[in-house]
Amino acid sequence: MSATVESTIAAPRTGRIDPKYTRDKTKSGNFEMLAWLFMRLSGVALVVLIFVHLFSNLMVGDGINGLDFGFVAGKWADPFWQFWDLALLWLSMLHGTNGVRTIINDYAERDGVRFWLKMVLYAATTVIIVLGTLVIFTFEPCLVGADGMLLESTPAFCETL
Amino acid sequence: MSTATSAQAPAKSGRGTLYRGNEGQWSWVIHRITGVAIFFFLLVHVLDTSLVRVSPEAYNAVLGTYKNPLMAVGEVGLVAAIVYHAFNGLRIILVDFWKGGTKHHKKMLWAVVALSVVTVGAFAIRHLMLALGGH
Repeated sequence: MSATVESTIAAPRTGRIDPKYTRDKTKSGNFEMLAWLFMRLSGVALVVLIFVHLFSNLMVGDGINGLDFGFVAGKWADPFWQFWDLALLWLSMLHGTNGVRTIINDYAERDGVRFWLKMVLYAATTVIIVLGTLVIFTFEPCLVGADGMLLESTPAFCETL
Repeated sequence: MSTATSAQAPAKSGRGTLYRGNEGQWSWVIHRITGVAIFFFLLVHVLDTSLVRVSPEAYNAVLGTYKNPLMAVGEVGLVAAIVYHAFNGLRIILVDFWKGGTKHHKKMLWAVVALSVVTVGAFAIRHLMLALGGH
């Protein structure tokens, strides 16, 4: 019995794939290999980016009790943290989107369902990445009221500007 | 000897094969579940942070909902998912790129579990003390 099982399985990389395993007849070049590589490269970067993010936001100072508008304003006053969070946003969203894409491809067997689930995924990803990027770069910490005075909730460092 | 035999002629349940039902499968299942959970939190997290662009009051109000004992426990759960996914991800990279990776993948999984327990334990002590006690 084991002999018959083995004889039907082609060795990896022979290119002889049973047609029932190839849902998509079109060639996609190296895309899947590049996606696989991206998961590993972005994964290593994300370990560093996220561990530092968690440590600097939740472990030092007052931790979660210190988080408010002023905390974010103080952080994004420094271009270093703007680009840190930008890298975090783009890499984590692309890494997560590719992961969910893989899961959809694995479990959604009907062509239409698979297609539309991925379209919803890509739409959500686009919205989140564009929104997040705009927020990081258009953020204004020192808000001024109609009377030209700083608003009450403005972080302290705005007074010295 | 028995493992070699079972690898070639799996039992009807499919258990006892090289991969299925063992460390390789379960580490993969947990990697997927934690990955999806982190992804959905990420969507929410970008949206809640975007409120800094609406008004300081809106941002502080929503952030305030993260600051209660139930959410503190949830945050430890989120960090546990992230830490496992991170360490197991590094293990996957070693399985893929390191010569001894496939041979030592089970030992590496237990290293991942041990490192995760230590890391999450340290985080949980600090975070829960801040979140539950610091007033």
